[in-house]
Amino acid sequence: MVADRIETRDVDPPLRDDQSEAARASLSGVPHEPGAPKPDPIVVADNIVRKFGGLTAVDVEHLEIQRNVITALIGPNGAGKTTFFNLLTGFDKPDEGRWSFEGHNLNGMSAYRVARLGMVRTFQLTKVLSRLSVMENMRLGATGQSGENLWQAMFAPFWRSQEKANSSRAVALLERFSLEPKKDDFAGSLSGGQRKLLEMARALMVEPALVMLDEPMAGVNPALKQSLLGHVKSLREDGMTVLFVEHDMDMVRDISDWVIVMAQGRIIAEGPPEAVMSDPKVIDAYLGAHHDAELDLDESQSGDRNG
Amino acid sequence: MEWGGILEGALQQGLGPAAIVYCLAAIGLNVHFGYTGLLNFGQAGFMAVAGYALASIVATWGLSFWLGLVVGLALSVVLALLLGVPTLRLRADYLAIVTIAAAEIIRQTVGSVSLLEYFGGQDGLQQFVDTFAGLNPFTTPMGLGPVSWRPYDFFLLCVGWTVVALCCLIVYLLMRSPWGRVLKGIREDEDAVRSLGKNVYAYKMQSLIIGGLFGALAGFMTALQHAAINPSFFATDTTFFAYTVLLLGGAARVLGPVVGAITFWFLINVLDLFFDQATVGPNPLISASIMTHQQASLMRLIFLGLALMLLMIFRPQGIFGDRRELAIDGR
Ligand SMILES: Nc1ncnc2c1ncn2[C@@H]1O[C@H](COP(=O)(O)OP(=O)(O)OP(=O)(O)O)[C@@H](O)[C@H]1O
Ligand SMILES: [Mg+2]
Repeated sequence: MVADRIETRDVDPPLRDDQSEAARASLSGVPHEPGAPKPDPIVVADNIVRKFGGLTAVDVEHLEIQRNVITALIGPNGAGKTTFFNLLTGFDKPDEGRWSFEGHNLNGMSAYRVARLGMVRTFQLTKVLSRLSVMENMRLGATGQSGENLWQAMFAPFWRSQEKANSSRAVALLERFSLEPKKDDFAGSLSGGQRKLLEMARALMVEPALVMLDEPMAGVNPALKQSLLGHVKSLREDGMTVLFVEHDMDMVRDISDWVIVMAQGRIIAEGPPEAVMSDPKVIDAYLGAHHDAELDLDESQSGDRNG
Repeated sequence: MEWGGILEGALQQGLGPAAIVYCLAAIGLNVHFGYTGLLNFGQAGFMAVAGYALASIVATWGLSFWLGLVVGLALSVVLALLLGVPTLRLRADYLAIVTIAAAEIIRQTVGSVSLLEYFGGQDGLQQFVDTFAGLNPFTTPMGLGPVSWRPYDFFLLCVGWTVVALCCLIVYLLMRSPWGRVLKGIREDEDAVRSLGKNVYAYKMQSLIIGGLFGALAGFMTALQHAAINPSFFATDTTFFAYTVLLLGGAARVLGPVVGAITFWFLINVLDLFFDQATVGPNPLISASIMTHQQASLMRLIFLGLALMLLMIFRPQGIFGDRRELAIDGR
């Protein structure tokens, strides 16, 4: 935590690059209010409700995610962010609601089909495949492999060249995420932070149009965090859309073009990071009412108070 | 004590038809459990379906032996679909419960009195191996070194180990492929595999079918080994012996079931023959006050249990397994 603070002090205020300018420009006319319509949405969700017994974990009236923009989804613990991710990606079924991705209606679609459409997520509690090597984890991410078909699998000539191409793409990604020296180790031997990195890299093997990262930086050391921020930004340059959940407010401020705030299942605010973080509603949600300090990093992480 | 005789007898069993049966059954379980993480506790059911299909097509309906083989394989695919469709979308333990029940239902059904005319009840069926025995080129007892087998057994053994070799080749080819990688991924975490766009349900079904087909081959082998078939061959302990063989050899290793089956039958027969000899005769090695001849026949199961416990404690990855894999498994 302390290292966090020191590390991030020197990079404030964040430098804005061209891509970021473009992304922000595309959102300039969008009102700063929950459920605001966007000019070019990649995801549109309506009336998504998920209840666990008596608890309404998610109740989102309307939400649009702008294409080719880095959007942060923030909110106190238990706000429903992970549940909302699960619902959007088909890992959980909402009690009601409809949502679409690039015009495809996703209602009732199974998780693997959603992923094939190009909407790929990572998990808050990492899911690496422990007894496969790091490389095998990566290769598994590649789509359209003819060797994954039972009839072709037995005959290597059908898939060898594709496997080679996937392997070199995997190595390039692993280098980007500083995991290349580990490529032949079992994924189960990686540290917690390395697992986060592997999961992110593996998701990119799918070549998604939208990457949904659930707390990608949790447990990643500050130095690597800085270079990862650069990688996430480069995803936008490659034409991808990024939606991520994060509790580290420095990271949110640094890389996101747009911020969506959830609390108790609802979306309570939307807007560019500076505007959202000085919004009294957001500060209340994080710190409880009667708190007059501006929302700062770290405090948000200790905040079950509203959960 | 005649150690030469004990080792010869044990070797004869260790390479014999019974070892082949458990080897094939364990190859199937290796695909299910070792590679995909599916808990199939009903491998005996797949064996029974195939074995009875073969025996009844020939002995009851008087049709061709080869048709019997085809029908046996087809029915084991049907069984895999019946078991898989309702359970493979649920948590892993549902498949375990359903398979163990299904295997018992199958065994009770073929042994039932109302189907006596088709399956022969508890006595089962005989007289269906003529076609197979007719192919036997051996006429005198054949052997390897000090051990020898009857001509029919030796023929069965040649065919059986050839089939085992082919099955191992198929498993090897499948599991080094991207298809095998998806199965291993499912074993580790199926949600992760789903999040990468793979149809987990379809892969689990394919795995269940393929492992079931290996189980069917084990069923044919059972029927041919005894030249007869009856429900007692397919009791639940058959499945558990096959799991023992798999774990002994090492799960998720291509040759694990082969090494496991040979070792298992060799050791179990060494124990059997040793206690048999040690308690027989006028002046036995182990006096009757400690153990009678009848009691000795149970010793092998006691020692087997003990050996399994020691194996799980000191070498849980099996003979062939990789220690590194265990070290990292934090669950
Ligand atoms: N499977 C479940 N069964 C019952 N309740 C659940 C389940 N999953 C989530 N919840 C509840 O739904 C609410 C939202 O949880 P969720 O995991 O979405 O929060 P979150 O915003 O991701 O929090 P965090 O920042 O701590 O990860 C919580 O109150 C939680 O207790
Ligand atoms: Mg969460």
